[in-house]
Amino acid sequence: MIEVENLTKFYGPRPAIKGISFTVNQGEVVGFLGPNGAGKSTTMNILCCILPATGGSAKICGHDVFEESLEVRKKIGYLPETPPLYPDMTVTSYLKFAAEIRRVPSAKVRAAVDRVLEKCVLQDVRQRIISRLSKGFQQRVGLAQSMIHDPEILILDEPTIGLDPIQIIEIRKLIQELASSHTIILSSHILPEITQICKRVVILNEGEIAAVDSLEGLTSSLNKSERFILKVRNPQNDIQDKLMALAQVISVKEEKDSEFLIECGMNSQAQDQVARMALENSWGIEELKLVSMTLEEIFLHLTMEEDPPGEAKNGVDA
Amino acid sequence: MRNAWAVAKRDMGSYFNSPVFYVVTTVFLVIYSFIFFQILTFFNFQSVQAGQFQGMNVGLNLNDMVIEPSFHNMAVTLLLIIPVLTMRSFAEEKKSKTYALLLSSPIHLREIVFGKFLACMTVVAVMILLSSYCIGFLLLLGQPEIGPIVTSYLGMLLMAGCYVAMGVFASSLTDNQIIAAVIAFGMSLFMWIIGWAGQAASAEMAEVLQFLSLVDHMQRFLKGIVETSDVIYYLTFILFNLFLTHRVLDSERWR
Repeated sequence: MIEVENLTKFYGPRPAIKGISFTVNQGEVVGFLGPNGAGKSTTMNILCCILPATGGSAKICGHDVFEESLEVRKKIGYLPETPPLYPDMTVTSYLKFAAEIRRVPSAKVRAAVDRVLEKCVLQDVRQRIISRLSKGFQQRVGLAQSMIHDPEILILDEPTIGLDPIQIIEIRKLIQELASSHTIILSSHILPEITQICKRVVILNEGEIAAVDSLEGLTSSLNKSERFILKVRNPQNDIQDKLMALAQVISVKEEKDSEFLIECGMNSQAQDQVARMALENSWGIEELKLVSMTLEEIFLHLTMEEDPPGEAKNGVDA
Repeated sequence: MRNAWAVAKRDMGSYFNSPVFYVVTTVFLVIYSFIFFQILTFFNFQSVQAGQFQGMNVGLNLNDMVIEPSFHNMAVTLLLIIPVLTMRSFAEEKKSKTYALLLSSPIHLREIVFGKFLACMTVVAVMILLSSYCIGFLLLLGQPEIGPIVTSYLGMLLMAGCYVAMGVFASSLTDNQIIAAVIAFGMSLFMWIIGWAGQAASAEMAEVLQFLSLVDHMQRFLKGIVETSDVIYYLTFILFNLFLTHRVLDSERWR
């Protein structure tokens, strides 16, 4: 559906994206993740034919974004970071205009407007002036605009930025509904959002792809060890030494009072031994649970370059 | 073409919904009316004088002494006022980021440019139409010749088209409306006075400069003559500016 190969963009001498490649299949929901200035918006602008790339190629439904940009633009719906709203128009007249310039046949404009009004729950504000709407409604009008021509692909640049938590949940629900019938690329620097909506993530950092993988894939490829937390009621002084003595345990760290973070080899079943030891020494287990790496940690891990580059590359699946 | 019309329709809606249009039109009508009735009063005074001395009324007619100078003044007033209308066309879209909607839609850049021009042109035409009530008075109370009036309006529209095209071009250069207005005003004024440079230039050069001047081509329209070369000059001028606009917007994406 979307094939990006070796895409490069320079703003003057400064590279915004440096040779990125990825593909998105039909019906997928892919998240672009990265700190500000990582090249997320630039990539999206190129895919939407707003900016030409400096090098490389991008194809949408087999059409090159530069050579056949008109065909590409018929197939995509784009919601930029700032929703492109005319503040002096009413919601309905704005959506009608969007339908017209997106080449919806005249006879179908009205039906298209009604459809997106319903989908984005905008019926109650249809005659309101856009500048008088709350940010949440404005964002929904922006989203409605992007799907007025029922495009195959939706490209959403930070769709939930600047919204309050309730509005974020609403927009997120809407995107999840859309995911069943559209191919969606969305960008965000809010991690839980990506985990909730997307099946696959592209992590961008300083114009390069740090990782492309499914969420499970990312988590497991970065976890070469298991970690769990042990919380006890009566910790004894030698608890750390005793735990370290176990064969599979790699490290023990006291996180808080009587709470220990134990790192051990993959699939080593070290929990059993830790539990047995705790019972034998009557430490009194309060909690023993596995901690998997959160996306937050993966993100930092991949973008902050805390680890030697060799390790980070394990996540790359290009 | 349907796309250009869609762009034009939206722009017109936004003109007629905003106070800018009403303020600008009011100012234009007040100034034009003031000048017009000033000229008319002077004409009346001369007529009365001529009436007292037999034979002095030769050459006193409404077309030459009222209508023609009033159109001259209208041209100057439009020069001052059109940049205020055109300044928003692209600058505002860029500033408020709505430009991305146009660019990501399946329409050609030339359709956007033409749509913007068409919208401004319509607004200016409405302004000129409203000002015609002055001429209406003359038709009611006197017998001016109709022909030159019609050609004058045609010429005025063509000339206003040049101002609008320059204004749209200036607006495409920047996302700041004030800068767009100042550039448009400067360009319009320069194209008006460019003929003056002819006085210091060689004979051939003077002719070229004279030909380039916007005002020179107006003269024949005001006399009731539609010369093909004048029409072609104005149309070429408009198209050239729209072409430049297209080039500027296209090249902007590459920077």
